[in-house]
Amino acid sequence: MKSILVYDGSFDGLLSAIFYVYEYKLTEVSISKREHTVESFFDQEIEIFTDEEKAKRVWNGLSKKISASGKKKLYKAFLSELPSIEDTILYYIRKALASKVNIEKDFTDPNILKIAQVVKKIDREKHRMDAFVRFRLTEDGIYFATIEPDFNVLPLNAPHFKKRYADQKWLIFDLKRSYGIYYDLEQVQTVSLELPADINSKTKASAYFTSEEMQFQNLWGNYFKNSNIVSRKNSKLHIKHIPKRYWKYLPEKNF
Amino acid sequence: MDFDRINEKLSILADAAKYDVSCSSSGSKRQNKNKGLGDSSGMGICHSYTEDGRCVSLLKILLTNHCIFDCAYCVTRKSNDIKRAAFKVQEVVDLTINFYRRNYIEGLFLSSGIFKNADYTMERLIAVAKKLREEENFNGYIHLKSIPGASDELMREAGLYADRLSVNIEIPTEKGLKLLAPEKDRKDFIKPMQMVKNEIIQYKNEKKLLKKVPIYAPAGQSTQMIVGAGGESDAEIMYTSAYFYKSFNLKRVYYSGYVPISYDTRLPSIGSAVPILRENRLYQTDWLLRFYGFDVRELLNNDFPNLESDIDPKLSWALRNLDQFPIDINKADQRMLLRVPGLGLKSVNKIIQARRYRKLNWDNLKAIGAAVNRAKYFITCDSRLFESKDRTAAQVKGLILGTATSKFKKDLSTQLNLFDAPNILSA
Repeated sequence: MKSILVYDGSFDGLLSAIFYVYEYKLTEVSISKREHTVESFFDQEIEIFTDEEKAKRVWNGLSKKISASGKKKLYKAFLSELPSIEDTILYYIRKALASKVNIEKDFTDPNILKIAQVVKKIDREKHRMDAFVRFRLTEDGIYFATIEPDFNVLPLNAPHFKKRYADQKWLIFDLKRSYGIYYDLEQVQTVSLELPADINSKTKASAYFTSEEMQFQNLWGNYFKNSNIVSRKNSKLHIKHIPKRYWKYLPEKNF
Repeated sequence: MDFDRINEKLSILADAAKYDVSCSSSGSKRQNKNKGLGDSSGMGICHSYTEDGRCVSLLKILLTNHCIFDCAYCVTRKSNDIKRAAFKVQEVVDLTINFYRRNYIEGLFLSSGIFKNADYTMERLIAVAKKLREEENFNGYIHLKSIPGASDELMREAGLYADRLSVNIEIPTEKGLKLLAPEKDRKDFIKPMQMVKNEIIQYKNEKKLLKKVPIYAPAGQSTQMIVGAGGESDAEIMYTSAYFYKSFNLKRVYYSGYVPISYDTRLPSIGSAVPILRENRLYQTDWLLRFYGFDVRELLNNDFPNLESDIDPKLSWALRNLDQFPIDINKADQRMLLRVPGLGLKSVNKIIQARRYRKLNWDNLKAIGAAVNRAKYFITCDSRLFESKDRTAAQVKGLILGTATSKFKKDLSTQLNLFDAPNILSA
């Protein structure tokens, strides 16, 4: 009988589940998030309780077998939220712990290659968010942006924005996952809050944002239009670089 | 801030600056200091892309499009009847800061038409950069144009505020320059470039001895050449390029397909197509020189003065040197792996790392991301199946082109188009 370990969706939860696999020497096992779990007659469902201590033991134990960048890759793969990525991560960790040599670069193993490919996607999405976040200055002096990234990359973006905008308060909010990161001139915190429904409505902008805000968006849109060379038009390339799903929050594409 | 007036100036001066291709914002080491604004120590970021598919990373504008020169290829030339405008120093500073704070840009790319003289213009450019650094504590990226003929003192100062400096040589050969920009002298382009190169070396040496040395143009120098305006061959362009890379330690040479903007008979007429495919082949060659260990003489020489348009320069080289293939993917050194058509830098790295664990076969290569349908004529691997038939270069080329699709297919087709026929008859 196969065991299905159901965890709460946090990274510590996943690591606690992996701890459980070793604690009970499970072989036929699969890990999944609560909301992704479907009951099956043939499988045995086990609820995992997130335990920071156990998670830490797994995480620190990994350092003996893989590099710091290898560990970071596992965390990034976790952020992808892809179905059954937990099983790929479990496979990776099992292989790493069982092997005498470092297995990070063994790209002939489909699961290790898979992790490398998922990490590439995550890095791309993280980089896109570094690029496509568009701040608007609110009446109370906070630079505010909303995003809907394909993957849960916001935790990866925080250091970049903190370093760059050290002298301004900013808030980036992930509408898809309903949480944001806020920098108060000292540190970055994760925040959840109720946003007004019309926060992104152009006609209501004056209620939330400074009077100059729209002017700067106009300047930017105008700049964007004038830096295009019409005789070199290449829509395919344009869309490849900025897929349409990102246009919603780019003022220059809504000009 | 008078937004309407600024908006009008921005239209004119962004439009005039767009023919400068460079938009790189990477390679600097400038970190955020004293909790100021900005940081350019990371990788470059393209914040947006124009509809022609080019990256928008910097606020790229001219300080003014008034110019005392009359270079035939330039949209800002004196004799051109266009709207002229000029920014005040403070206006550029405000625009840069406000765009940067909203995460629209990585920094500023400031160029200018030449008004009064070279030094006067250069002083203004420096004034903008200085104000941004010293008054606004701005640590974003600044790319300044070195104005041809500017004095050594000014160039020395420019590098203290800018991350990158560039002079566009525009016309690859001296004879082309004489034809299209007779008032300009090649020496005037080279002088500031030489000066900046020497300063960079000097600051680097001092850094080894002293702890506190200011950073000087940390992202180096670049230049740009126009392609298809002066009638140069590909070999002439790439030899010039290789010379500048070597002599001035340039970070980049950019190639800009000439966009017709003038009825001047010395130039391609308005309405003729921008040579985008040729530009693409030149960039491929540039990459082969910088990252793939090729020497320019291997790719272009007296026998092959121009690049082939239907295949890329690496494949073209491989087909001329079939005697060096096939190579064994599990044994060959990095230098040879990089020369295989269908293998790029990333796949070569993955191959070298993965083959430490076991010998690679065709499936492994495909999974790693190599273009096997192209590479298979040049390699063997851990499999008994390989292309053992001795084919001629023409046959291999035919087979590869038969399976490949090119985004430039319509430019390459030799089939006559019904609607082009009248032109052919009249010619």
